[in-house]
Amino acid sequence: MTPTSRRLLLSAPFAIAAVGGVGFYTALNRQRTGAYNPRGVPSALIGQAPPDFTLPALPESGVEPFGSADLRGIGRPVLVNFWASWCVPCIIEHPQLMRLSREGVPVFGIAYKDKAADSLQFIRRHGNPFNRLAQDIPGRVAIDWGVFGVPETYLLDAQGIIRWRYAGPITDEVLEQDLRILLRRYA
Amino acid sequence: MIAELGHFALALAMILALAQSILPLLGAEMRNGRMMATGAPLALGQCLAIATAFGCLMYSYAINDTTVVNVVQNSHSAKPMLYKITGTWGNHEGSLVLWIMILGICGAAVSAFGRELPTALRARVLGVLGLISLGFLAFTIKTSNPFERVWPPALDGQGLNPILQDIGLALHPPLLYLGYVGYAVTFAFAIAALIEGRVDAAWGRWVRPWSLAAWSFLTMGIALGSWWAYYELGWGGYWFWDPVENASLLPWLIGTALLHSAIVVEKREALKTWTILLAIIAFGMSLLGTFLVRSGVLNSVHSFANDPERGLFILGLLMFYLAGAFLLFAFRARAMIPTGVFAPVSREGAIVLNNLLICSITAVVFVGTLWPLFADALFGSKVSVGPPFFNAASFPLVVPLLLAMAAGPLMPWKRAQLVPVVMKLWWVAVIGFATFFVALLASGQQVLPAVGFAFAAWVVGAAFADIADRTALFRTSLGNAWSRAKGLPRAAWGAAIAHAGIGITAAGIAGMGLAQERLVSLAAGESTTLAGYEWRLDSVRDEVGPNWTARRAYITVLRDGRELRVMTPARRFFPVARMHTTEVAIHTNLMADLYAVIGEEEAATGRAVVRVHYNLLAPWIWIGAAIMALGAALSLADRRVRVSAPNRAAIRAAPTTRPA
Amino acid sequence: MSFLMLLVLLLAPLLAGPAVAVTSPGDMLPDPVLEDRARNLGREIRCMVCQNQSIEDSEVGLARDLRLLVRERISAGDSDREVKSFLHARYGDFVLLRPPFAWNTLILWATPLVALLVGFGLILLARRGSASTPAPAPLNAEEQRRLAEIEAALRGPAMAGPLRPKKDGTKA
Repeated sequence: MTPTSRRLLLSAPFAIAAVGGVGFYTALNRQRTGAYNPRGVPSALIGQAPPDFTLPALPESGVEPFGSADLRGIGRPVLVNFWASWCVPCIIEHPQLMRLSREGVPVFGIAYKDKAADSLQFIRRHGNPFNRLAQDIPGRVAIDWGVFGVPETYLLDAQGIIRWRYAGPITDEVLEQDLRILLRRYA
Repeated sequence: MIAELGHFALALAMILALAQSILPLLGAEMRNGRMMATGAPLALGQCLAIATAFGCLMYSYAINDTTVVNVVQNSHSAKPMLYKITGTWGNHEGSLVLWIMILGICGAAVSAFGRELPTALRARVLGVLGLISLGFLAFTIKTSNPFERVWPPALDGQGLNPILQDIGLALHPPLLYLGYVGYAVTFAFAIAALIEGRVDAAWGRWVRPWSLAAWSFLTMGIALGSWWAYYELGWGGYWFWDPVENASLLPWLIGTALLHSAIVVEKREALKTWTILLAIIAFGMSLLGTFLVRSGVLNSVHSFANDPERGLFILGLLMFYLAGAFLLFAFRARAMIPTGVFAPVSREGAIVLNNLLICSITAVVFVGTLWPLFADALFGSKVSVGPPFFNAASFPLVVPLLLAMAAGPLMPWKRAQLVPVVMKLWWVAVIGFATFFVALLASGQQVLPAVGFAFAAWVVGAAFADIADRTALFRTSLGNAWSRAKGLPRAAWGAAIAHAGIGITAAGIAGMGLAQERLVSLAAGESTTLAGYEWRLDSVRDEVGPNWTARRAYITVLRDGRELRVMTPARRFFPVARMHTTEVAIHTNLMADLYAVIGEEEAATGRAVVRVHYNLLAPWIWIGAAIMALGAALSLADRRVRVSAPNRAAIRAAPTTRPA
Repeated sequence: MSFLMLLVLLLAPLLAGPAVAVTSPGDMLPDPVLEDRARNLGREIRCMVCQNQSIEDSEVGLARDLRLLVRERISAGDSDREVKSFLHARYGDFVLLRPPFAWNTLILWATPLVALLVGFGLILLARRGSASTPAPAPLNAEEQRRLAEIEAALRGPAMAGPLRPKKDGTKA
């Protein structure tokens, strides 16, 4: 072994540690700016049309139900929101959905694994932001969408292609910083 | 008042650590005896100061002082006193103070027992330990002060997480930290050796006990965590390859490699550079675990602190210690010329193979744990790495490791012949094969568990063959062998016992591969059968505890119509936390665990869901780990490991051993 | 130290239904062979909620739904591969606990072999290095003459006795 290659070899641990350090630093920075979320899971359906489904209406809600056919070619972006009355974060995001609905953004809701009476009580108490509302009591359609928890919100563009998925409550921050831009982008 | 005292003690400890990281190092550089001599009292003082701080925190927890934020967030007046106390380190801030306190104790131990060490070496070791302490004290005081006050005081604490109120979980962190911190000491020795540019057998004799002790504690800590998962989570699983579990496994693996290569340094003055590198990496892995767990950068369950600011600080510390050490290594490692030359087939050669395989396994665990993080954070691609990957990728490396670990101890140093080793081990191989076929037949042709049993028999048998060989058990009279056995160095016993422990754990893991379970819905009086036992649900009753209510099932286990035992799994409900926990009932006869869990009840029919498991050899997993830790402890008790009496020991040990 | 339950707790507000779903015996397939297959397959599917558990090991509602789904598809005659790609289409790479071979997993599957090869190379390098280090310089004429003298003296009657082999002490 020549002295140079020996020196290179002995420096290898330092080089590896330095690369690792830079990697971790980048990861932490991206986490700080929100570009990386360790718990975030990207949707496998981005860029695709939603899966085929038809779901029943929420009885007595007076809101039309919807299926995959209703999501095709609306000509403007639509939000599809999976929620449940038993889900605490859903209460947190509800005002934001109400605001969007008042602003004229179509919000379609799917009540996930929820008793009809409870869902009904929820929207009577907190208001109904949903232009269309269906219920998925067995939760099978949700699986087809790749839902892994409620609330989850999908943004479909004017052609009915899924462009964005947000797992967790749409907080004021998420609405203002991400969703509004996306809504304009896909309008 | 007490909290302020604790805060003050922390600050005092930091000042002492600052002095400890400057004076002895500088003194050693300037050959100034008085400056070097400050190391010991400073280390002792620092230890006392941190112990005071920790005591103050513990007191705040014990009296449930709700003016201390840390107590408010993590404790509650209704907790039993035991869990109030153990709650001291059940959170980010408190566990950090515990970590530093153990480091302080180790520093004090080095200064107290290190009188035989060369003065400059001791001063440098204490200086490096002071530097480590300084960094973590700064981190604690700057970002994670446990003594912060809140005013007005909260009515009561918020921390009443029922899952964490468990004795296994309470003891788990201190044991782990003892291991991690032990590697801080070997790290300090490595740095001191690099500064001096000299590594000799005496250095190896000092590094070995610390790496043995650290390894022993880490083994117990990991085993305790795994045992906790086994009895608390209620799924019969004991290892999940969770990133946090892996973070504790990485220093253990490197520590195992270090343990072995340090022997070569001590006995043969070879592998010096490599051992230094391992000592640095072992501590680096401990720090990496700390970073991963506390920075929230990992997609794991248990991020103490989901705080990137803290993460950056720890990353800074990690890089300072690790990159600094590697830099020193790059410049200074050349100064260490290996002296011991050995043939590929020799004890040294076997240990090199051991290191190669263990380091490869480490690489698999390391990459498997970190790649998802890097792929996600840097390239935005979500990769999922789970148990199937770790099992598949590490299996081909574990097999040759188990094969080789049997032969290694039977080989002489420097140069060995394969034939004598084969002669000593052939009957063990026969037993291994026999075990394989018996297990294959008995398990209904389940190959993998049978392979596991075969290797377990091979490893345990080889450990026995090693002792039999050293005591000439089959070559002389029993009495002669007995006197030889008494004269064997404890390190030899320790190694054989630790190796046997590995075999026993392997048998446990193989046995769990044959575990059976049955899930049934039973009405009172009905029964199900599993593994030849009849499990009869007698009743499900209400129970009320201090802060929970429960439904407890009474399940009578019968064998051949004879009542064996009543098992009482329960499902607890904690109204404050609004949480259910399962309380597993386990009955063990050491050969197998009977394991019962109660699920939900159907209100309409009165039937209850019951899951029963028959976990063959499950206890062996932890018994094996305990035996490993015991072997290490025994090795630690070897008088030759203690520097004070190396010559005397060599004289005493020499007549009982055969020439190499 | 697997704080899996803690995770469940952390995510509880996000996910917990009215009650935690417990696997019920009715969910299992009557055919033990198929049930076995389903169970082995389920161990390779990540419970998306618990993040580090498979769907077979989790009490979370979604895990149970997926368990049922796996069993349904198996009963319908799907192969293991088909079931996996069914789930993969919905949940992406993340749902597979055994990473598939792809560019972003190459490093994972290459690690054991690369680590072994690199380690082996290092050992060879180190052996070559240590073999070359002690190689002594050849003796010059003066030294050779002196050596001959010494050897001659050794063969002479002055020799005290055979050189005793150095004892290496203990073997541990």
